[in-house]
Amino acid sequence: MPTLPSAPELCRRLAELMRPHVTPATALVGIHTGGVWVAEWLHKELGIAPPLGSMNVSFYRDDYHQRGLHAGRKPSAIPFDVADAHIVIVDDVLYTGRTIRAALNELFDYGRPAKVELAVLVDRGGRELPIAATYCPHLLSLPAAQSLNLERDADGSLEFTVVEK
Amino acid sequence: MNRNPQLNQHGELQHLLTIEGLPREIIAAILDAAAPFTEVAEREVKKVPLLRGKSVFNLFFENSTRTRTTFEIAAKRLSADVINLNINTSSTTKGETLLDTVDNLAAMQADMFIVRHAASGAPFLIAQHLAATGRDHIRVVNAGDGRHAHPTQGLLDMFTIRHYKKDFTKLTVAIVGDVLHSRVARSQIHALTTLGVPEVRVIAPKTLLPTQVERMGVRVFNDMREGLRGADVVMMLRLQNERMNGALLPSPQEYFKYYGLTPEKLDLAKPDAIVMHPGPMNRGVEIDSAVADGGQAVILPQVTFGIAVRMAVMSMLAGN
Repeated sequence: MPTLPSAPELCRRLAELMRPHVTPATALVGIHTGGVWVAEWLHKELGIAPPLGSMNVSFYRDDYHQRGLHAGRKPSAIPFDVADAHIVIVDDVLYTGRTIRAALNELFDYGRPAKVELAVLVDRGGRELPIAATYCPHLLSLPAAQSLNLERDADGSLEFTVVEK
Repeated sequence: MNRNPQLNQHGELQHLLTIEGLPREIIAAILDAAAPFTEVAEREVKKVPLLRGKSVFNLFFENSTRTRTTFEIAAKRLSADVINLNINTSSTTKGETLLDTVDNLAAMQADMFIVRHAASGAPFLIAQHLAATGRDHIRVVNAGDGRHAHPTQGLLDMFTIRHYKKDFTKLTVAIVGDVLHSRVARSQIHALTTLGVPEVRVIAPKTLLPTQVERMGVRVFNDMREGLRGADVVMMLRLQNERMNGALLPSPQEYFKYYGLTPEKLDLAKPDAIVMHPGPMNRGVEIDSAVADGGQAVILPQVTFGIAVRMAVMSMLAGN
């Protein structure tokens, strides 16, 4: 098993990658659940002005008919005007690209942003769609049978774990 | 066939026919699933693609504007194609049977039937027929059958109560009016008792109560003032026009005097009690305008929540 990267360290490196590109018009949208944790941290660290957005993309996923609708997901909340905004979508792990495809579809139902970028902590390859991260501090190769999960413990610190599917 | 015909072999909801006998976890799952859908209506594009490409048939064998419209809006916000059939003016008047109608619509690749019928059990009959003929991928939602059940109304009422009162296990809920003819009341009572409401009361004249209604787990009051005392939630029922001139009631005026909800009677409930009504309201018969338009009424939020609850039900059925 490869050594897992330190999530807090990756958060710091991701913030440094993004910092030169942040403008007063930049807004963050985290994807539930792990992406929201990372986005919360970045929002504070980068001093982002618009309130933090969050998305639950389960209404837009293409595998809904295999997975069904899972109750108890948090609703999406985009508390700023999407029209003409510079939006950075934040997620923990980039893999097939299907979650990001769903997030883009959902985001455009709120309005027409000026620019959308993608920030992730880890890119684990295995893309099934032509999607790439704009900001990503770490590449990691994992077998398809494993899933890489971000977890948050009671004191708020983040940690990666690998789970056999 | 399963013991509960609404559930598949994994215990997941396949059809929604009645709240009676549904496990508490499934009711809670529907209410939880409905919460994120309330936010969809606030977007610029009030649509999510969950049911894209699915055909939902509104099969209304009995008149209804509100329920049909809210199902239609819910299905459209899920991106389904909605086909409304007003059967009163269609083939059944030419002699076609219910199941022949269903077979024809199934042959048009229907994915879901939303059924309203004057006969109790009609949606169950349709679900059973679909299963027996190997077409149980088609889902059935009961939108009101006879005096039996109106499960989505019951669920949206629970969603509304949970929104304002949070915890079901500390509540006193009073249901007031024509319980005898009301499928809404039956669905409400089953939902409330399943969710653990410790005191469910029904308030009505003896002529408008089913025999042995106590066996549903409710306390019966014939005196409205007594029944409202200390209630957290007051759920009014519609007095149907056709009942007013029959033998069951002397007159609408007299009904209002004894069972109409006035501000003065509402004062007997808790100060923060909410007032609900499934609509359409008969002002001055079962409810005073001052209450219907007052600060304790949550009648219009019920309508809004109804769309989210119906979206959740349809999405869950289609995904199971």
